[in-house]
Amino acid sequence: MSLTIENLHASVEGNEILKGLNLEIPAGEVHAIMGPNGSGKSTLSKIIAGHDDYEVTEGRVLLDGVDIAELEVDERSRAGIFLAFQYPAEVPGVSNANFLRAALQARLPEGEEIDAVAFYKDMYAKMDELEMNRKFTSRAVNEGFSGGEKKRNEILQMMMLEPRYCLLDETDSGLDIDALKVVAKGVNAMRSANRGFLVITHYQRLLDYIKPDHVHVMADGQIVKSGGAELALELEESGYDFLKTA
Amino acid sequence: MNSETATVKQVALEKDDVGNFSFPESHKFDAGYGLTKDTIDYISKVKDEPAWVNEFRHRALKTFESKPMPTNWATKDLENIDFDKIRYYLSDGAQPKRSWDDVPPEVLETFDRLGVPEQERAFLAGVEAQYDSEAAYSNVKEALADEGVIFVTCSEGLKEHEEIFRPWFGKVIPTGDNKFSALNSAVMSGGSFIYIPPGVKVKHPLQAYFRINSENFGQFERTLIIADEGSEVMYMEGCTAPKFETATLHSAVVELVAMKGAKIQYITVQNWSSNVFNLVTKRGLAHEDAEIRWIDCNIGSRLTMKYPGVVMKGERARGEVISIALANDGQHQDTGAKMIHAANNTTSNVISKSISVGEGRSTYRGQVHIPKHLKGCKNNTECDALLINTNSRTDTYPAISVKGNQHVTQHEASVSQVSEEMLFYMQQRGLSETQAMSLAVNGFINDLVEEFPMEYSVELKRLIDLEMEGSVG
Repeated sequence: MSLTIENLHASVEGNEILKGLNLEIPAGEVHAIMGPNGSGKSTLSKIIAGHDDYEVTEGRVLLDGVDIAELEVDERSRAGIFLAFQYPAEVPGVSNANFLRAALQARLPEGEEIDAVAFYKDMYAKMDELEMNRKFTSRAVNEGFSGGEKKRNEILQMMMLEPRYCLLDETDSGLDIDALKVVAKGVNAMRSANRGFLVITHYQRLLDYIKPDHVHVMADGQIVKSGGAELALELEESGYDFLKTA
Repeated sequence: MNSETATVKQVALEKDDVGNFSFPESHKFDAGYGLTKDTIDYISKVKDEPAWVNEFRHRALKTFESKPMPTNWATKDLENIDFDKIRYYLSDGAQPKRSWDDVPPEVLETFDRLGVPEQERAFLAGVEAQYDSEAAYSNVKEALADEGVIFVTCSEGLKEHEEIFRPWFGKVIPTGDNKFSALNSAVMSGGSFIYIPPGVKVKHPLQAYFRINSENFGQFERTLIIADEGSEVMYMEGCTAPKFETATLHSAVVELVAMKGAKIQYITVQNWSSNVFNLVTKRGLAHEDAEIRWIDCNIGSRLTMKYPGVVMKGERARGEVISIALANDGQHQDTGAKMIHAANNTTSNVISKSISVGEGRSTYRGQVHIPKHLKGCKNNTECDALLINTNSRTDTYPAISVKGNQHVTQHEASVSQVSEEMLFYMQQRGLSETQAMSLAVNGFINDLVEEFPMEYSVELKRLIDLEMEGSVG
């Protein structure tokens, strides 16, 4: 069981962004991707999620052995891929509760209705873990949210949808240390033997709270270095300068 | 397809069932094609009308014929209405039944499929169900009748309650107001007459359902609602028609009169098929401390032209129009509001939200009139447009004429789009493109829908889901 990326090449408007990327994230593991700005880290997560701005020109993404090239964005989501956005979109007029409910309803077989009481109970329990105010449920999705609220909301959605593979795109950006701890607590609570994580980050700080099993360095559309958790600390010490000299 | 979820499939099945069905015609009375003096005499005869009504109709016909199509400001599509290819009166008789048991089977089945008797049992105080030109069924709960509430068809109203009916009939909207109000006045049939006695507050809504079953037909209901001093009433209308190859015409006139301190709330949820020309004149007259509120939801039709208005005639009167329009491919929603301030300290509020999808087109026309000699009048106008895909079009024509400097008016307008970014976000959470669009549209109108009675907000959401279902891949 794994999310496997094989020799992935992808481009946008003729510019190649991914240039033969290989990565395997087995269920049960947390992988971190680090790298300088412009290395293609965020693009990778959007391509896995199926964003149609990007054209995959070579290679493939396998979800537990199945090629997902033909799946639409929503089909990939329901198949178990979750992307926690760096900049989550606002959905005016749609409450967080209704949005989550619609997303869960979309996963049920035909003719089945979501159990509203159980849904609220579950949502409130998870909101408590993330230290979110109950009033939050009736606010419109991400509208007027602070950076920290948006990120907590992403994690709440992730906890509610229980995906197989979670892609976290710069989840630490814009968070103060307290919010970062809360978000990390939510992620850590979800770690399990049948769930894989890809944590994309520019800074080592997040990895103090979400301990990765493996760390990869991405540069110019490829993974250029892989190692254990200690690699993140090295990078924190010496930065990405080695990329230039290498 | 895997991406279709339970609800959408269910809705897709219902789509065929909702309004797009018809039964073979079996009308006893048919005025035939085209509009002449004979058509009018035929209608008057079938309805056994008093002479004054027949004369009223003939005068209206002359007015209709003398007025040009308003294509100097409105769409040229109006020229595609062929008045000679329309039948102006089709019915099985002018007397509605008081019990569903007496309604002909195919008519009963029609309204059953539209859920009307069920709603009546669940939450309505009275119902009128019009099938082509006449009401097949009309009934009001006994307790209300005992309080003196009158809820009958317009034809019954003008004959049996002439003393209340006639003083206000055609006074809020004169025959010559526009070409289509004149047309309605010439061939009017069906619609409701409602009278609420002083101080009576009708708790549950009264409802009318207007159903077109026949092809090449025009429906011209006429409604007059009078709320006497301190009374309150909520009236709701729903409309559907099957999809025919040829154009169908619906041209109603609705007049509301709110006496001192009375409140009238008039709610429309229409879902016309895309061959219907829907050209409706609606206006209310609000006396001292009275309140008139139009909630107008326009979905479907080929062309809708409708600008509900309130004339605030008494001090401290209030007028409100809340309007939602959804223009899908090939549709034009030309809607808006008219607020005429005619007394001191009157207040009006207009909130219009339009959604244009594909080739759909939305137009907002607003008129606010506050003359110089008045004091302390307030108007608030908000128009928001949501565009879904680049082909859709929206226009706003506000005409705010405020004279004098002792008034407060504000006008806000916005145009927004369902962005790619928003859709990607929603789809990444597992919603199909259709579901994401529906949710975005429902979010856009959400603050208005919250004002609706529950039953109607559910209905509106369902209709929007259906429209989006049909419009996205």
